[in-house]
Amino acid sequence: MTSKKELKVPGIKDGTVIDHIPSRVTFKVMRILDLQEYKHVISVVLNLRSKTLGKKGIIKIGSRILTQDEVNKISLLAPNATVNIISNYEVKEKIKVSLPDEIRNIVKCSNPKCITNNEKVNTLFNIINKSPLQVLCHHCERVMGSDDITLI
Amino acid sequence: MDNITFKGRDIISIRDFSKKELLYILSIAKKIEKNPNNELLKHSLASLLFYEPSTRTRLSFASAIKRLGGNTIGFARGEVSSLKKGETLWDTIKMAEQYSDVIIIRHPLEGAARLAAEAAEIPVINAGDGANQHPTQTLLDLYTIQKEKGKLENLNIGFLGDLKYGRTVHSLAIALSHFNSKMFFISPNALKMPKHYIDELKQKKIKFTEVQNLSKVSKQLDVLYVTRIQKERFPDPLEYEKYKNAYQLDKSLLNESKKNLAIMHPLPRVGEINPELDDTPNAIYFKQAGNGIPIRQALLALILGKIK
Repeated sequence: MTSKKELKVPGIKDGTVIDHIPSRVTFKVMRILDLQEYKHVISVVLNLRSKTLGKKGIIKIGSRILTQDEVNKISLLAPNATVNIISNYEVKEKIKVSLPDEIRNIVKCSNPKCITNNEKVNTLFNIINKSPLQVLCHHCERVMGSDDITLI
Repeated sequence: MDNITFKGRDIISIRDFSKKELLYILSIAKKIEKNPNNELLKHSLASLLFYEPSTRTRLSFASAIKRLGGNTIGFARGEVSSLKKGETLWDTIKMAEQYSDVIIIRHPLEGAARLAAEAAEIPVINAGDGANQHPTQTLLDLYTIQKEKGKLENLNIGFLGDLKYGRTVHSLAIALSHFNSKMFFISPNALKMPKHYIDELKQKKIKFTEVQNLSKVSKQLDVLYVTRIQKERFPDPLEYEKYKNAYQLDKSLLNESKKNLAIMHPLPRVGEINPELDDTPNAIYFKQAGNGIPIRQALLALILGKIK
């Protein structure tokens, strides 16, 4: 993994590298992972050329190991992402991205008449179809596709 | 019946019930209708929280409870002082559960009943949440079909009118998908069944047809479920004007249908069924409204643990 593209971003000693994120959702992935206030080093690269994605993004997070739950959250936006756990500059573990069965308090319901958009309530969606992605609002039963999905 | 317990359960969406459970509720309604026990809900108190106008549903619930010896407290829209003071639904429910044994809620926002059920320790019945669900209506519709036709399986059911916004149609179609119905969706193009319901029926391998003209399919129907074009659900009043008179059924329908066609309607009707049909044996919409009583009694008795 020492291609020229990789060298544009400094490597990290310990932490997590998320690769193959569609470029346009890279910042959303950062939001999901709550990285705005993060104190350690984060490197973000956008618009790298990718055969499968067109343009991809990479996020390298120093000193933080993502949990499976966090990885699952990423899957909503970047179903083809790869997540590598780095230890002492080497890939220690690859975590497979897979959709969870339910999504708690990450996604906003697209139905303006849903109670979750009118009262302070945690949202909950059940995945009813993985490909193409379809989620069902636990409260108002609205079905949303990936285009309707917006994050809280 | 084995493995079915309703005590303490919420009645929020028709999707929460298996075929076996639906049939069980209908069988209890039948028993109660035959032998009403006016002490069954004695000492039971229901909160009727109606945040949205409703005549039939509210009266039907109140009647169902009181005829079995129970009582009600609550409010209807216009008297909701806590709302004016800005109290959240969550807080109102936490209060109501201290005062009563069961909460019956109608609310204009979709998902409100589900949220109420999350807030309350006591059972909650959804009496309509916006354009989403109205499960007791669906159960009384099933009960009516079963009573009139002697069965639920293998019937040809037509749905006519506003299939886009009509929640009664959506829920009934989902419920009937357990019973191998053949469905006929009759509506103007702009008011067709929403795509995700159509996808769901396809997934369940339900046979259905979508047409605009009733006469194309009327001869095949055992049941015709008519709905009102609902002014209040249209975002644009001009659109409503375009479609409000799309269907106006009268006695001529009976010349081109099966002799025992059952005409249903969740009511209120506006102009879609001419009153000249009311006296025909085919018109069962007022009986249908009456069937709300045994169904709601059965549900209340079951979730309050008065019947097992």
